[in-house]
This record gives sequence, structure tokens and C-alpha cells, in this order.
Amino acid sequence: MKILVQGDAFDLGAEVDAMRHGRTDIGAIASFVGLARDMNEGSGVAAMTLEHYPGMTENALGKVVDDACARWPLLDVTVIHRVGRLLPGDPIVLVAVASSHRGEAFAACEFIMDYLKTRAPFWKREETPEGARWVEARASDEDAAARWLAD
Amino acid sequence: MNTLRVLYFARLRERFGMAEETLEFSGATAADLVATLHARGGAWAEELGGSRTFRVAVNQDVVALDTPLPERAEVALFPPVTGG
Repeated sequence: MKILVQGDAFDLGAEVDAMRHGRTDIGAIASFVGLARDMNEGSGVAAMTLEHYPGMTENALGKVVDDACARWPLLDVTVIHRVGRLLPGDPIVLVAVASSHRGEAFAACEFIMDYLKTRAPFWKREETPEGARWVEARASDEDAAARWLAD
Repeated sequence: MNTLRVLYFARLRERFGMAEETLEFSGATAADLVATLHARGGAWAEELGGSRTFRVAVNQDVVALDTPLPERAEVALFPPVTGG
């Protein structure tokens, strides 16, 4: 398992290679990369700054990954989330999940993103033509995380 | 008296004009602490008065407001998270 909170960019290919390096039991790796968009809530976004709660962030991400491992037989998980100032098109978050079969990998990857978005203490501040603003949490993100409780 | 380390993040940090403070606290629960901070008025009353949503974490776990605060706890107040 690998959980990182960092300012630097990440390389999806390198992370997937590291995950499968030296082992032949992995049958599937599903990955997700979230990017900074140039538009949100009807305004252009020139840049965003991600703030977090050092210490709690790593713990919260660890719990999300532990939850996923309790639900599915996973062979490895990598979560990398960036902080600091990001420009449109920059990668923000990476989740990669390795398992024996694709079903678990797809499901766990989506689960980890849904839980990360509602449980990990990150906050986005956007720079728009109307000034800087804190992004408001979306009810749809809570709904996405709540889906997993019914399973 | 319980000495608390209280942290503020994102919009709350900006509105309160501080990232953290040390507080001598005589109440029992997270709700008591929120009431103490709310009584400061101004931005404190606006943000913690019920019209805006916020979360409370005690020793880095999000908790319900009726949670008792342990001795020397690290308490954080912040808006709903927006990462990912």
C-alpha cells in the first residue's frame, strides 16, 4: 500500500509499473486520475489551491484504503493526492488498485474515490474572474459515497 | 481546565484570521467548545451559528457534537471537504 500527499506531479505509468514490478499474481490494475478543470459552477477557473490537514489527511486516506481492503481481496493500492497551487489540466489525484480480477479492481477504485471525496480533509480554493472562492461540497458526492453503504 | 489545541482550516481559517490557537476550556463536549467560540460574535457567530455547515474533528477523527473532549485534545473545525 502506498499513500502520499505531495506538491509534486505524479506519473501514472511509473506508479502502475512499480505496483506490478516483480510479481505475477496481479490479474488487473484499475486506475483513476482526477484533473483540475478550467470551468466550475459557470465560471472560468484560472488556478486552484488545495489545502489539507497534515496528519489527519494521511490517516483518513489510510482508513479509506483499509475499508476497501476489508470489502474486496486487493493485492495493492496506491493513492497520491496533490496539495498546493494547481493549474487547469494538472493532475490532482491518482488511485490505482491491483487485484486478481477486474471486478474488484474497478469497484475498489471507484469506492476509494467516493470515500476520499467525502472523508479526506482537503479543500479547494479556486481563482476565477470574479475573485477567489472556496469550493462548496456537493450533495452528489455524499450520495455517491452513501451508495456503498447499501451494498 | 482542559488545555486544547484548536485548528481552523480553509474558509474558517480565513474568516477567523487564524490557523490555530491554544484554549483553556472548562466545558465538556465539542458542542460546548463551539458555543464558546460562537460567543465571540462576528465571523465566529456567522460561521458557527447554524446557517453554515462545518465539521469538528477530535484528535483527527470527525466526531458528533455531543462527543466529550479528552484532556489536551487536538480539535479542528473545518468546512465539508472538497478534495479529489
